[in-house]
Amino acid sequence: MKRVYLFGTCLIDNYYPEAGLDAIELLSLAGFESVFPQSQTCCGQPPYNSGYATQSAAVAMQTVDTFLYAEYPLIVPSASCAGMIKNHYPVLLRDHPEYEKKAIALASKTFELVDFIVDKLPYHQLTSNTPVTAALHQSCSALRETGSAKSWIKLIGHMPHVTLNLPCYAEECCGFGGTFSIKSPEVSLAMTKDKYEHLVATKSQTVISGDCGCLINLKGYAKKNGLAFPHQHIASFAKQQFDEANS
Amino acid sequence: MTPFNERIIEALETPELRSNLRGAMDFLRSKRSLSIEDYALWQQHQDIATDVRHALPQQLPELLEQLEQSCTRNGIEVHWAADASDARKIFLQIAQATNATRVIKGKSMASEEIELNTHLEQHGIESTESDMGEFIVQLANEKPSHIIMPALHKNQEQIAELFNQKLNEKADASDVDQLIGIGRKVLREKFKQADIGVSGVNFAAAKSGTLCLVENEGNGRLSTSVPNCHIAIMGIDKVIPDLSSLPSLLYLLTRSATGQEITSYVNLISGPRKPDELDGPKSVHLIILDNGRSSIASDPALAATLACIRCGACMNHCPVYTKIGGHAYGTTYPGPIGQVISPQLDGGEEHNELLNACSLNGACGEACPVNIELPDMIRELRNQRSAAQPNHTGEKMVWHAWRAIHQSPRLYQLTSLMMRIPGLSSLLFPRRWTKGRTSPTPANNTLHALIKAKTNHDNRDPQHEHK
Ligand code: SF4
Repeated sequence: MKRVYLFGTCLIDNYYPEAGLDAIELLSLAGFESVFPQSQTCCGQPPYNSGYATQSAAVAMQTVDTFLYAEYPLIVPSASCAGMIKNHYPVLLRDHPEYEKKAIALASKTFELVDFIVDKLPYHQLTSNTPVTAALHQSCSALRETGSAKSWIKLIGHMPHVTLNLPCYAEECCGFGGTFSIKSPEVSLAMTKDKYEHLVATKSQTVISGDCGCLINLKGYAKKNGLAFPHQHIASFAKQQFDEANS
Repeated sequence: MTPFNERIIEALETPELRSNLRGAMDFLRSKRSLSIEDYALWQQHQDIATDVRHALPQQLPELLEQLEQSCTRNGIEVHWAADASDARKIFLQIAQATNATRVIKGKSMASEEIELNTHLEQHGIESTESDMGEFIVQLANEKPSHIIMPALHKNQEQIAELFNQKLNEKADASDVDQLIGIGRKVLREKFKQADIGVSGVNFAAAKSGTLCLVENEGNGRLSTSVPNCHIAIMGIDKVIPDLSSLPSLLYLLTRSATGQEITSYVNLISGPRKPDELDGPKSVHLIILDNGRSSIASDPALAATLACIRCGACMNHCPVYTKIGGHAYGTTYPGPIGQVISPQLDGGEEHNELLNACSLNGACGEACPVNIELPDMIRELRNQRSAAQPNHTGEKMVWHAWRAIHQSPRLYQLTSLMMRIPGLSSLLFPRRWTKGRTSPTPANNTLHALIKAKTNHDNRDPQHEHK
């Protein structure tokens, strides 16, 4: 099997590790063996977006070193972190002569998970007849950084038993935005409330997304208010569909 | 709490404002997208306009010099204002020289920027806004909440009530035509009486010395042609080389702003009344305002701020603006472009806090017809502001610590372990977060640990650990 690197991302690492394992399973269904370097940490986006580029660059360099060791493509189960590496590393590291080239090299071999596998999965193995309804939260990064939202919709489109619902104002931010939700908590929360309600209004069995920041944010809102929020990372959701087909 | 946050809360707690905003934004967004029928053509115009506007900051000195020469040749008197107070002084001098007591104004954000109305009032000169939205806002003693639709925070009921109160009318909230009729009746008289007409400028062509002004109500045309004296106010960034790019700029501007293929009025003003002409102002003045813009032009990372054509699309697509409206920003220019330009204008330091109110979701940059990467610029401004902070400030220290942890795989994994000590993980999330959201509970095991356990080898060389 061809090898790929998997970057778990710090949020999946700590809060949704099963999504990381499911990503590995999906990659293997698509014909790839995942290599998970234990030296990986975070992509550096939190300080980058907060205006602390120097701190971010230091961590970005560590990530570049980790994943340039071998030539394997780098697969990231998060549009946000994939977008950070693909679109922002070359800019962030442009004043570090040694790393600028490396950043460009890494950017060009980095893929959001679903972008990478959507055309490679053995959909013919899917035999489930149990209908499922899922609401998709397209993250801002998947819409406007990597464009992966298209692949997410395509992936689910290959699953005839799944009805995919897009909430109204689907393209609007859920209000997370990293430290935005801490520095401007009130308006952030108003956005989160809207997003939650629009997702719930689709009356779907579960909410799926490929970005854990949004999921943590929405779940935190729901929990605080005693509301239900059944949800899954899109990798876990997809993996489950294949499991059910094989069980 | 910062005053900005207080204003945000106030706006969020006004249900009527929230629904007015949502309604207006839905309307503007859908009109805009419907007006972009031919995407290939849209892109052609976008390329032309983007090139012209982004080249601008480099060319400013030459273009402005050329504009002055052409205008002067056309009989337009050009005045240079380094900042807002300069512009006010120049205006007042012109007004006093002609013994003017009444001014009628078309829509002009530059005049808002210099707070012209207040200044004129202080000097005993009556200044009346003639754009219907501006008229409503002025009547209510407020400021515009949007650069294109100044009164979009108000609904018809609120406007009818305002007219009934202030103008002693019996307005019917359900009849828009009647409402507008009331405003027009008042304004007609003001047009007749005015000594000076004021306008903004959408674009000023340097080569021909032509001032372009787009509008829908005809008030701009009246303001610039009925009174004996016309004073136009523009920021230095409104200049364009010549009229050749104007069709593209207008194509984008009107579609982005109001979803119109073209506005009802497109005014091209090239000077005062000529000896053989029957109407038009006897004198035309152009006040060109810097107010911090030339220093924006000299910063390559931020110069694109000046490419803006003030269409308002970024605010219409901003989820923060949609929630709080323009007044909460406390600036002349609200929304994403306001967050970018306000802190950079003269005396803008107090607006640095606006930079926090952005989730970098990218909707504004996507909507901008002249491809201004607003999110990148907000990030850049955050960088510049944080770099200017001393090293011991709270947030900087947090990120220093954050860097130390995430630069070292060992420290990172150790921190991950510590997060799993009951009670510790919630400490990561400050109260400002946990007030409205429960902090997440870490999973029992990290992905690092799960993979390590699966492969069952504890290889100290991190590069060679495979699944
Ligand atoms: S920044 Fe772009 S979208 Fe916003 S007002 Fe200016 S031109 Fe329009």
